[in-house]
Amino acid sequence: MIEVRDLYKHFGDVKAVDGVSFVARDGEITGLLGPNGAGKTTTLRMLYTLMNPDRGQVLVDGIDAARDAQAVRRQLGVLPDARGLYKRLTARENIEYFARLQGMEHALIQARREQLIKALEMEDIADRRTEGFSQGQRVKTAIARALVHDPKNVILDEPTNGLDVMATRSLRQFMRRLKGEGRCVLFSSHIMQEVAALCDRIVVIAHGRVVADETPDALRAQTGQLNLEDAFVKIIGSDEGLAA
Amino acid sequence: MNTMLIVFLKEVRENLRDRRTLGSALLFGPLIGPFIFALMMNTVITRELNKADQPLRIPVIGAQYAPNLIDALKQEGLIPRPPVANPEAAVRDQDADVVLRIPSDFDKSWRKGEASQVEMIYDSSQRETGGSIDRLRHMLETYSRRQGAMRLVARGLSPTMMAPVSVDDRDQSTPQSRAGQLFSILPYFFVLAVFMGGMYLAIDLTAGERERQSLEPLFANPVPRWKVLLGKLGAICVFSLASLTISVVGFGVCGRIIPAEKLGMTLNLGPAFALQVVLIMLPLVILLASLQTLVAAFAKSYREAQTYLSLLMMVPALPSVLLSVLPIKVAPWMFTVPLLGQQVGITQLLRGGELTSMQISTCVTCGLVVAVLATLVTAAVYRSERLAISA
Repeated sequence: MIEVRDLYKHFGDVKAVDGVSFVARDGEITGLLGPNGAGKTTTLRMLYTLMNPDRGQVLVDGIDAARDAQAVRRQLGVLPDARGLYKRLTARENIEYFARLQGMEHALIQARREQLIKALEMEDIADRRTEGFSQGQRVKTAIARALVHDPKNVILDEPTNGLDVMATRSLRQFMRRLKGEGRCVLFSSHIMQEVAALCDRIVVIAHGRVVADETPDALRAQTGQLNLEDAFVKIIGSDEGLAA
Repeated sequence: MNTMLIVFLKEVRENLRDRRTLGSALLFGPLIGPFIFALMMNTVITRELNKADQPLRIPVIGAQYAPNLIDALKQEGLIPRPPVANPEAAVRDQDADVVLRIPSDFDKSWRKGEASQVEMIYDSSQRETGGSIDRLRHMLETYSRRQGAMRLVARGLSPTMMAPVSVDDRDQSTPQSRAGQLFSILPYFFVLAVFMGGMYLAIDLTAGERERQSLEPLFANPVPRWKVLLGKLGAICVFSLASLTISVVGFGVCGRIIPAEKLGMTLNLGPAFALQVVLIMLPLVILLASLQTLVAAFAKSYREAQTYLSLLMMVPALPSVLLSVLPIKVAPWMFTVPLLGQQVGITQLLRGGELTSMQISTCVTCGLVVAVLATLVTAAVYRSERLAISA
């Protein structure tokens, strides 16, 4: 479970995150929806302790990120906005490097790695060097290395960015599977269809603030719009930066 | 410890797969020094040997006016060449090193017992002619002294009357110390080898990782950043140390094949020299790895880091240049200053001197202290938020 309490982060005059609170529960998919530049990535970066909040608290499975950042990172599987791979290593070696940094035993690394390679259907590319991978192959490898330590909580920053239809479909299936395994899945997106199709709960962010935190049905009811897209536009106050 | 080892092994493995970088780190960087050095020495030696052994071929104008003089010069190794029409132009155009002109009244003054004049026409700004000019002047002076002595004897006087003071040279330089003067650039080549050996890796592991966006996922792992940094520094150090070793071995090979003894010099670049060089260079290996990483952490991109580091590469040349231009006396405090200490120490070894264990330990200890400080600063920069963020 991930709890965010009243998070602030300013860069000079820019209020990137300006009082964000929400809860992402286990066994649920929580979507962080907002236009480009709304503060989604900055919020997530504070969750996986890459940045320190100016104010506010982050709790992952009850552990305070300000107290023990390393323990928080151990509870998380993170696909950051930056998903660079080591291009002179194979996909398997990329996954193994992160597994070893997680401090896993050799036998466990092997088992877990092969399990993920199978689940993500990447057997054919596993022993190729990642230089020249397609966007989809890169994302798969990055997800596999992020989840190799079997984390209870999964954070995905715009996971379907740049993926084609087939890759997007299989990634969504994979996310449902993570939810089915009882994990807490938190992902950000600026694509409302995706959020609508996947999420149990939607947190809408605009201008660094949470403007709605509901189930998809409740959102529709609250705004009086049948169509989710219209509901979002109404909440955010403009359709700027939102893609259908 | 485990984290550092994991990072270290991964970086070494990945870098070993990068042929291009490897080439510059382990071939070009360390061997450019020995190569330039061998080239330089070879040119110097060949030139000196050619000039010394070969007869002096010089155009002589008016040889017919002083046949005795010419005969005497021939015995000293001069081969008169046919006169040239315009000696001044011939010298300026480097057609001749020097031209000897004997005026038509040479014989007349000679018989009167007056000073007969000869002219040497040369251009002293042409460096390569120096040997020929000196040799010709020496031949003429020898002839003049001998003839003067004979005139005194003919008049019943002792020739020593003409030389009330006699000067004997007692040069205290040894062949090694003369070599050391010539090779003051050599310590810089070792620093260069260390620098080049680690430079590309240092850029790649910080600026490169950030540019390829793999630093952010790396820092999402539950490991402290300073351990990641130490693993990376370890990898950089291993490659710059390998580069230094290759360079030292390269110079050792050079020392064996260059016939420096023909110039009366001794090159002592054997295993004892190599070991001491590696020992006093060790702190620099760590210091440079930290500094390079620090610069790469500040740079916004790979290219920017490359530019900064190329400039930083000039800094170690300063002590080399200063010490070879300014006549500074080596003082004990110099061993406490990194770079300067290594420069002074290696030069001392080249001049055939020994390094005391005090000098070595001062050099190594002070170097290590500065290296640790640089590493602490780099670790502080590694903690900063903006380090990992690429966009």
